Amino acid sequence: MTLFLSALALLLCGAAAAPVLRRAPRWASAVGAGSAVLGALLGLAAAVRGLGAAAGADLRLAWTLPMGSFHVLLDRLSSFFLLPLFLLAGLCAVYGYGYFGQHARRRDGASWCFYNLLIVAMALIFTARDLVLFLMAWELMALTSFALVIHEREHDDVRHAGWVYLVASHISLALLLALFLLLGRSAGTTDFDGFTGVIQVGSGLADVLFVLAVLGFGAKAGFLTLHGWLPEAHPAAPSHVSALMSGVMIKTGIYGLVRLLTFLSGPPPLWWGWLLIAVGLGSGVLGVLLALAQHDLKRLLAYHSVENMGIILLGLGIGCLGLTTGRPLWTALGLAGGLLHVLNHALFKGLLFLGAGAVLHTTGLRNMDRLGGLLRRMRWTGLAFIVGASAISGLPPFNGFASEFLIYLASFQTLLSGDSAAVWPALAVIGGLALIGGLAAACFAKVVGIVLLGEPRTAEAGQAHEVSAWLVGPMLVLAALCLVLGLGAPWLVGPLTERMASEVAGWPAGHPLAAGIASLRTVTGLLVALLILTAVLAVVRHALLRKRRVSAAGTWDCGYLQPTARMQYTSSSFAEPLVSFFQPVLRTRVEGAAPHGLFPGPSARHTHTPDTPTEWLAAPLFRGVARLAWPMRRLQQGRVQWYVLYIAIMLLVLLVWKL
Amino acid sequence: MNTVALGPLALALAAAPLLPGLINRVKAFFAGRRGPPLFQLYYDLAKLLRKGAVYSRTTTWVFRASPAVGVAAGALALALLPSGGTPALLAFPGDFVLLVYLLGLARFFLVLAALDTGSSFEGLGASREVAFSALAEPAFLIALAALARASGSLSLSGLLGAGGGELPVRLPLLLLAAAALMLVLLTENARVPVDDPNTHLELTMLHEVLVLDYSGPDLAFALYAAALKLWLFGAVLVRTLTGWLPGSPALQTAIFLAGLVTVALAVGVIESCMARLRLTRVPHLLIAANAFALLAVLLGMRQG
Repeated sequence: MTLFLSALALLLCGAAAAPVLRRAPRWASAVGAGSAVLGALLGLAAAVRGLGAAAGADLRLAWTLPMGSFHVLLDRLSSFFLLPLFLLAGLCAVYGYGYFGQHARRRDGASWCFYNLLIVAMALIFTARDLVLFLMAWELMALTSFALVIHEREHDDVRHAGWVYLVASHISLALLLALFLLLGRSAGTTDFDGFTGVIQVGSGLADVLFVLAVLGFGAKAGFLTLHGWLPEAHPAAPSHVSALMSGVMIKTGIYGLVRLLTFLSGPPPLWWGWLLIAVGLGSGVLGVLLALAQHDLKRLLAYHSVENMGIILLGLGIGCLGLTTGRPLWTALGLAGGLLHVLNHALFKGLLFLGAGAVLHTTGLRNMDRLGGLLRRMRWTGLAFIVGASAISGLPPFNGFASEFLIYLASFQTLLSGDSAAVWPALAVIGGLALIGGLAAACFAKVVGIVLLGEPRTAEAGQAHEVSAWLVGPMLVLAALCLVLGLGAPWLVGPLTERMASEVAGWPAGHPLAAGIASLRTVTGLLVALLILTAVLAVVRHALLRKRRVSAAGTWDCGYLQPTARMQYTSSSFAEPLVSFFQPVLRTRVEGAAPHGLFPGPSARHTHTPDTPTEWLAAPLFRGVARLAWPMRRLQQGRVQWYVLYIAIMLLVLLVWKL
Repeated sequence: MNTVALGPLALALAAAPLLPGLINRVKAFFAGRRGPPLFQLYYDLAKLLRKGAVYSRTTTWVFRASPAVGVAAGALALALLPSGGTPALLAFPGDFVLLVYLLGLARFFLVLAALDTGSSFEGLGASREVAFSALAEPAFLIALAALARASGSLSLSGLLGAGGGELPVRLPLLLLAAAALMLVLLTENARVPVDDPNTHLELTMLHEVLVLDYSGPDLAFALYAAALKLWLFGAVLVRTLTGWLPGSPALQTAIFLAGLVTVALAVGVIESCMARLRLTRVPHLLIAANAFALLAVLLGMRQG
């Protein structure tokens, strides 16, 4: 606990010092990033110790507010979520120092202040054991991340993105406020300790609470139809902030859902698991399809966050079904897979956003169709990015495979049981995961193939160069971790999940997981064999070619003598078969016409894929709210005197009512 | 680890290049030609391994690494596969997931290597390869799910091998799963009606174009990896249909090999009697594969 508190203190000191130094932006960056790195190291130590300890470290401090208390507890579930937070926060801080480096501005100091505060807020969310503290941390997270998103606020689209994000955050907060007030009322306390078993399963209230949680936490995590802010905010924010937001911040929603499961009085109703799986399938499939249709690299990555939240939900959903039907095996495998994917996604998505940031840093471009040939110009960034792309596609030997494997195993175990309530969802998970996996691989083949490989499509891409060591270092560390976690999963999953078992209601301890871990061990053996075999084949190839003529020529061009880089396949043309097959869902709009006639004139063609769920659901909803709220404009006319009057009247009314 | 399976594994690694030769002989027979020798692919591989190489100046290490990854992934996937009478070298719950994803890894690098050349022609092939395989992958896994459900086993050696249940009940399920697997085989190996390997450049958009820029040992690796993949899908199909047959290991091995020859003959016959589908119709074929697989699962539910 001392470690944890000193980490928070250090981060707060950094947050206070960075804006003071704003006249010397380099120093402000150094102090802000330095305190974030040191704080993250201390926090990492605290998280590792928290995972090891039998009983969580508990701390209550008096505070002067009328409600709630400062109560934090580092139990194993909290420590598990702190792990990716501090890991990524530290690495992103190093990256951010290099990212701001060359173009230091006075506002960097403020940005570092908010960055440190955001880490503190998320750490408090993962550890808070009091609903008032939790909600305050939640709001602090929303506000600081909003401030980080609008770092480049001179651009219109950045301000718009910030606005969308702020609204989405507060919708989430409003729903959670309702959730926690209902919870607090039925428990009669604001302390989480009093919440254990307070949600009476089967009661109407429990169902209401669950739906509120899925909506409220879902708006933060970016579940389908609530994901509208992700593709806006992630491209707008500086890349190390996008990495932290996508890697860790959206996981606060997952944490909230899992924490809620610990408050149940018994196994959840069947439809909870079904709902989680349905939302997971929708998010996963639509997320990856929308990603496939994007041209903007960071927007594409944002949609992949929606997809990965879907995969996590599929694991949690199977876990829930296991709780309901009393099958510890499904619960253990499903929850372990889902939670391991939380950690894995933090690593590879963080890595990919940092990679996208490096590309943006050196070329100034986010549009994939203008990039190309970057692997030859950015060797290390390219290598790290390819590792991240393989990992997010769930390809062995990287970490994405381990968590998806566990979720597959959970679904196949469910399928074998013959329990009719669970068999069909399990089959949907299997088919859905296979489809998501194939589409994700297609999407990242597109990203890597178009951005990193081939010839540069524009002069900017041609002049790209490797970014500084501050940027490359964190990416290589993350890439190495992707491989280590992929191979080390069996030794990690067992202890991690066994330790968390005691925290989640009804989650069986280690034993049922043994089968899954044994499978993973064999997988690791095979993957090591894969690496060795590949290396051996590479050596054989090298030996065969050593004394022979190896020459270089142009790419074979079918006899055409004047190929240009612009003739290469683009991201749009690469995705076209899948996009047109899924046209009924995606509704891609094509503008412009193909060249026509014997002597065609100039022609342009442009495709745009709208965010259909947002356009069809969220947009009409917001228009309706705006229409309803319009008459209220008369009350809000911008004169402070009137507002003071409103407050006075409100207080009077409350006073009279209470008397 | 089942060391007895090393024999069949070695056989698979050695005999895989025979299958394309068989298919070509069948096609030649239908066309009234003599056709290339049965061992043509071996001759090709031997020739290519002795040659130097030419690389495009555009390419990077991805292009050079891809064939090795393809062969390694294919060989390891074969180690997970049971052959006649003997379970796989390694069998564990969920091994088929690893098999599917190993094939995915090989495909990912093959596609990247194609894009690495910067050729729009290879981009075309890469784009179609990922599109079709994204739709074929669910069919493959759902068909395996049906077999898992019917056999109660979660490893390939169990779900492709053991009997259980009465034959009249099992047979429709097996046939449906086999139909789905056959369509997946044709897609994954770029055969007619999904793709036509004859028309070397003009129409062939999948496998042949992806390896267009390879030469020398790299091309040998790529061709060998493709042969391994054909053997692998053929073996899954044959074991699905014949796994329940009783008999001594020797007899089972004979049935297994005869089955593989039959699969090659069937592919050759299909290729001789059919034209390639229009490209936009291929997804419909894959939807049919998914539907067959789902029907198989439905039948499996009825049993359980």
